[in-house]
Amino acid sequence: MGNSIFVRNRSVPVFIAVLALVALGVTFLSPAYGTGALSVSFTKVLGMTLCLCLAALAMDLVWGYCGILSLGHFAFFGLGGYMIGMWLMTARTEAVIRANLAESPIPPTEAEVSQATALQIFSVVGAEDWPWMWAVSDSLFLSLLLVVLVPGVLALVFGWLAFRSRVTGVYLSILTQAMTLALSLYLFQNDTGLRGNNGLSGLQNIPGAEAIGQDRLSVWFFWASALALGLGYVGAAWLVSGKFGNIVRGIRDDELRVRFLGYPVEVYKLVVFTLSAMICGVAGALYYPQAGIINPDEIAPIASIYLAVWVAIGGRGRLYGAVIGAAVVSLLSTFFTSGRAPDVDLGFYEISWIDWWPVLLGLGFVLVTLFAPRGLAGLFDYVVRRQDP
Amino acid sequence: MSACRRPGAAHSMTRSVLAAVVGVVLAISAPLAAHAQEAGEPDLQAILQDNAELVADASRRTVQEVLDILVASQLPEVPEFLATWQAREVFQRNSDGLFVYVEDPESDPLTLIDITSGEVLGTAGSREVTQLRPNRGVQGVIAATRVQFQLASEDPARRMAALDSIESDPEESHLGILQGLLATETDPDVRERIELLLPALVIAFSDEDAPRVDAIRSLGGNISLTARATLNPLLATTLEFAETLPEGANIARELRPGSDALSREAAYAMLVDEGLAPPRVGRSDILSVLAGNIVDGAVGGIPVAELNTEEARGRAYGALVAAGIAPPAPSEADVSESLGAFVFFERYLEDSAAVTTAARETLDGIETRVGFYRFLDLSLDGISLASIYFLAAIGLAITFGVMGVINMAHGEFIMIGAYTGYVVQSLVPNETASLAIAIPLAFVVTFMAGVAMERLVIRWLYHRPLETLLATFGISIALQQIVRLVFGALTQPLTPPDWLAGSVTFNDVVSIGSVRVAIFILAVLFFVVLWLILNRTRLGLEVRAVTQNPAMAASMGINPDRINMLTFGLGSGIAGIAGVAIGLFAQVVPDMGSNYIVQSFMTVVVGGVGNIFGTLVGASMIGGLQKAIEWLNPTNTLAAQTYMILFVILFIQFRPRGIIALRGRAAGD
Repeated sequence: MGNSIFVRNRSVPVFIAVLALVALGVTFLSPAYGTGALSVSFTKVLGMTLCLCLAALAMDLVWGYCGILSLGHFAFFGLGGYMIGMWLMTARTEAVIRANLAESPIPPTEAEVSQATALQIFSVVGAEDWPWMWAVSDSLFLSLLLVVLVPGVLALVFGWLAFRSRVTGVYLSILTQAMTLALSLYLFQNDTGLRGNNGLSGLQNIPGAEAIGQDRLSVWFFWASALALGLGYVGAAWLVSGKFGNIVRGIRDDELRVRFLGYPVEVYKLVVFTLSAMICGVAGALYYPQAGIINPDEIAPIASIYLAVWVAIGGRGRLYGAVIGAAVVSLLSTFFTSGRAPDVDLGFYEISWIDWWPVLLGLGFVLVTLFAPRGLAGLFDYVVRRQDP
Repeated sequence: MSACRRPGAAHSMTRSVLAAVVGVVLAISAPLAAHAQEAGEPDLQAILQDNAELVADASRRTVQEVLDILVASQLPEVPEFLATWQAREVFQRNSDGLFVYVEDPESDPLTLIDITSGEVLGTAGSREVTQLRPNRGVQGVIAATRVQFQLASEDPARRMAALDSIESDPEESHLGILQGLLATETDPDVRERIELLLPALVIAFSDEDAPRVDAIRSLGGNISLTARATLNPLLATTLEFAETLPEGANIARELRPGSDALSREAAYAMLVDEGLAPPRVGRSDILSVLAGNIVDGAVGGIPVAELNTEEARGRAYGALVAAGIAPPAPSEADVSESLGAFVFFERYLEDSAAVTTAARETLDGIETRVGFYRFLDLSLDGISLASIYFLAAIGLAITFGVMGVINMAHGEFIMIGAYTGYVVQSLVPNETASLAIAIPLAFVVTFMAGVAMERLVIRWLYHRPLETLLATFGISIALQQIVRLVFGALTQPLTPPDWLAGSVTFNDVVSIGSVRVAIFILAVLFFVVLWLILNRTRLGLEVRAVTQNPAMAASMGINPDRINMLTFGLGSGIAGIAGVAIGLFAQVVPDMGSNYIVQSFMTVVVGGVGNIFGTLVGASMIGGLQKAIEWLNPTNTLAAQTYMILFVILFIQFRPRGIIALRGRAAGD
């Protein structure tokens, strides 16, 4: 099966090769295993970019292949981050509490450790008990399970409701946007159990890995992100290459016709939507330990719109387009907004990139939409096809 | 009070000049009789000198006589003098019997001040003057007279002020005065005030139950804050306990330890405080006792390392108790037994049961009424919120609803409108005039911006609706950033004119800001105008034709390009006007548009795409619903928004085409 997909979709071996080369390059330039030309923080930025690429890949599955423009996919991404964040925060705080209590004359009971941990985590929102949603936060295995399950179930329920009543097109986009807005407003409340607008923080400290150091951890997370992206790419390519892919593309192009041919359109849409939500969850779970903090602002509607824009700029319906779009736009954004780009002095006016980048980005969206509807990957295809008749 | 008592500002210039003359005359020790003649009218000092004996040695029986004379004089200095007199800060100079104020009664020598003019008369040692010390009885009579003096004033504002001072510092003597006044008062506001104040005084000072109960009942149905503030203290309780319920005490209710109102811990703590039960030994107490008794790495024979369970700690502590080292901890059974020996109850501070019952019943009645008015107030809030949503969404209803174009930059048109208002206001300082200029100007500016956007971008994307979304999103972030670069990221003020700054108040519960009333009127106006444009004009006809079937419309001689351009401009222009209105009460910041964009889309979708009546219904539903949810959980507006959105998501499942769905061919696909 794996073999056939490598043959059937030529982009897969190319993509894997490029990804491997990038991973090798980053390793050789990393501070821990190579020359140190890349800083720890930039290694993290690269790892996070790969996670965003994975989310964009998931977005391309629903939008590029199934025609569902979801403007709420970052909700799934954020939920994945929250799920792993709960474990990271619990485990790390508990370790610190244990270390503190070990100095007391009488050894602490388990209940005392748990209580002190809860107080440490939730005192910032004025609570001291574990909320129900933290019930499995002490188990890494269950937390990892939740990383895929929670976004999956949310997508399943939401998708079932929406597809069943045949909400399509723009309406679905607005509904998904409403979903992510509702979720972010819900999380913003202090009493809903996920620390309100404080979010979860200190996620870069991996429990049990204190001795390893951020320089090595950053590379490990980069590898993990690259692996996840590679697997996600192969899986997605496999999924869209067979009969399933054909039906899904059919739904995108003419939903009614596919329905009249007797296919259960809702089921196909639901499968794609749920699957892509799960991939987003995984991407988020890899992203936020590198970012170190997650708060409800991350899943505000605008984040999901950006995700869609990356896919559009990269070029829809060809997987690598989404990856290229996410990588290029997010890296350029980081470059221009971090102050690394030199300002341009026009004599009468100095262009500060930090200020003008959003304007350029916005106009860029317009130009790409108007003049390059196939996105950057469309240009890439054009070049490849000319060389390879 | 200790500093100078200068009857200053109230006096006219001429009077103080006159007084200066008088001062000079006095300084050359002119006879006192001349003093009054110099003034040309009976002045305060003269009256006092005529009754010097009565003033200096006032007694409760005789003082009324001189007070009556003072009141009858209607001199403006009288209230000041009475207040000072009552406060025992009037002095009499021994040499000539002149009544004076002093700058600081504690100082020595004293600085003397003339009681009419406020001029400094020189200094005197404490032996050269006598302080007037009216006793309590006299003070009471003076106080009553002071109030009477003000209440007798011709000016309703002064009578009001007197009532204010009675309310802040009520005395029994006021009771009779107010009752007398009520019979003669003609000013409706003052009368209303007295009717509120009188029961409060009766309740506070009457000794018998019957008049107090009557007074309480008379407040029935009165929802003012004063009435509630009068009644609430009557129902104040203290938490007490005893072995049996005390006879004859006015008990509000009996409390069971362990109920919501009284936890076991709190009840037991009350017993412990009174020394009626041994204190509980808490977890931290046990820990410190255990830590203090570690012998050879073990406590009570149990190794320290094993003390990491509650059970082991309990055994170790038990061993310490058995050894007599630690105090015994009362068990749960002991606690229950101690608690069982007592009854806990809330006792009214007010002893009369008739009064508390009447107060409770009256207050319940008032609360019911207040609840009704709260509901009314909330409905007004809901209508106001609905108007705002409607204003924000109505432009979108045209571009999205009628044209099917998803304009993510709609919020930025609102923002541009608000900034237009801000710019106009910074150029034209008169707020009313600037508003009158800003509204049409905002329409023009955003109309042109909308037309430009339609011509340059949107018309190329009519067959790709989802990509319109992305392109307009790009425009939205570019516009936001440009405005941020030009005006800065900070909030800019957009001040409403004075006639919009206040609020319309119906009573103590129901009130609404004038701006919100204006926005409601504006929303209604928009609705009517747009409905007329779309249904009663040539343009509206063409818009509807192009919406339903562009090709057919084109073949009938309508230019769809022109119609699309105008429709988009109209929708954008309306967003601009909405921006001015929203800017009047919300903050004008570059990203203000994004606060409205999702709500606006939901409003349009819930209402039903393609007709402005649907938008009106959608806005009413969303606004009303959000306020209703807030009413259930008033502390948390975030939760209200969350649940409202969830409701909208579910609602769409059941009516995917909105409340008012187009039917037939107009509905399109």
